[in-house]
Amino acid sequence: MARTLNEGERAAEAVERAGVGALEGVGARINAFFEYIGGVAALGGETAVTIFKLRIRFSETVSQCYLLGYQSLIIVLLTSLFTGMVFSLESAVQAVQYGFGSFVGGIVSYTNVRELGPMLTAVVVAGRVCAAIAAEIGSMTVTEQVEALQSLGLAPVRFLVVPRVLALMIMLPLLTVFADVVGVMGGEWIANAQAHIAYNDFMSSARQTIGFEDVVKGLFKSVIFGVVIALVGSYQGLNTTGGAAGVGRSTTSAVVICIIMIFILNFILSYFLYGGG
Amino acid sequence: MADVIAKLDDVTLCYGPKVVLQNCSLDIVQDAITCIIGLSGAGKSTILRLLDGLRRPDAGHVYVRGQDICHMRESELIEMRTRIGFAFQFAALFDSMSVGDNIALPLREHTSLSEPEIREIVMHTLDSVGLAHTYDNMPSELSGGMLKRAGFARAVVTNPDLVLYDEPTTGLDPIVTHLLTDTIQRLRKQLKATAVVISHDLESIFMMADYVAMLFEGAIIEYGTVDEVQKSLNPIVQQFLQGSEVGPIPL
Repeated sequence: MARTLNEGERAAEAVERAGVGALEGVGARINAFFEYIGGVAALGGETAVTIFKLRIRFSETVSQCYLLGYQSLIIVLLTSLFTGMVFSLESAVQAVQYGFGSFVGGIVSYTNVRELGPMLTAVVVAGRVCAAIAAEIGSMTVTEQVEALQSLGLAPVRFLVVPRVLALMIMLPLLTVFADVVGVMGGEWIANAQAHIAYNDFMSSARQTIGFEDVVKGLFKSVIFGVVIALVGSYQGLNTTGGAAGVGRSTTSAVVICIIMIFILNFILSYFLYGGG
Repeated sequence: MADVIAKLDDVTLCYGPKVVLQNCSLDIVQDAITCIIGLSGAGKSTILRLLDGLRRPDAGHVYVRGQDICHMRESELIEMRTRIGFAFQFAALFDSMSVGDNIALPLREHTSLSEPEIREIVMHTLDSVGLAHTYDNMPSELSGGMLKRAGFARAVVTNPDLVLYDEPTTGLDPIVTHLLTDTIQRLRKQLKATAVVISHDLESIFMMADYVAMLFEGAIIEYGTVDEVQKSLNPIVQQFLQGSEVGPIPL
């Protein structure tokens, strides 16, 4: 009996230990999450102060606009075109069957301008650019180049983060405009080819549905996404440790975290911008 | 005692659970070359980073030119660092810039000199380390020894009064090692600046050092002139200087 009790006590202790361990694990993860968000926010604050003080390296910012923005154009155009096409393919034929063919232009353009354009562009750019930022700054960190900047009396935020944040704040909305246009055009083409919706009807429906305000709100979202991509990539890069393997880890984490943040932020922004709140 | 330009006072610093420096104190004498020796991973490079304000101690104080830098704001540290040169172990040149642009960077950022004036100073500095012909080269085109010398040039181009060298001769052949040791001595005389050198190369240390400090288990256990340290009665110092496997230093 005593032996059974001891075993029971041991089992209870083990369960308790496991419970405490699990709680500690959850606590540590929550702590790490808020620490991460706090770190990115602090970096954002420092970046904002530097921008407001106009301590901007213009030539580097232009260079980053080319590297991060212009060089992403083709991939953004391709993904937007095919997304617009497939969206139209799925909706146009059904809509015509149910007698809503005249609304297809509105539906495709509405979705593109308000949601798909800004978010897909941000996700595609995040995959390409956030990784590049994290890898470049991460490599500089592990090869002491970031410390070298500091030792020369130069602030890494001004040199590395501000040009990338500004470049993406400018270029992501521009890319989004291209994505919106190409997505709608792709949808229009497929609506015509598959559901025989006339180009004029499609565009007329689009014009009636989409207002200038929708375009501006979509672009506002892309500015926020641009800031998030640059900050998350830079934060991961600046906090890279552990040589080449560390750069790899930072790069992967940067893309994953960035894409998750874009999806979450997209919901929050849509909720408040489009009258959900 | 000569004037002290920088000082570690009872400094303790940990990386996570690992205690790197514990109640470590060290005076850096002005206009002299102080070499810090010690085992790999003992925290020698950390001392340089403390002196440059790149790390803050967990306890204790770091003084540079009489000012406690531990509680300085980042803007004050940036101002302080403009008068300190730091030559990194692997040079840490910015690989997106040419050698000339690397060395010109602090001049472009901290002075109002014209581009021709900056170019002249950079060429003169590169010439002083024997690299005048590399102005337009990218860092990836230089050898290890040339990279280190380019790193020296960037560290001293603003005429700092304190220059920190992190393992300047590690991994180089004896001829380049001799060349770099000569360069450190010459730069010190030219700039009339204080130098702190981290190195494992005892021959070059004994050649250039005015003072030697030995770091062991987080604290300075021996400090003095080259002669004093060589004659130290501390068995740890003697084992290290002789490179012997037998002695109190755990392997």
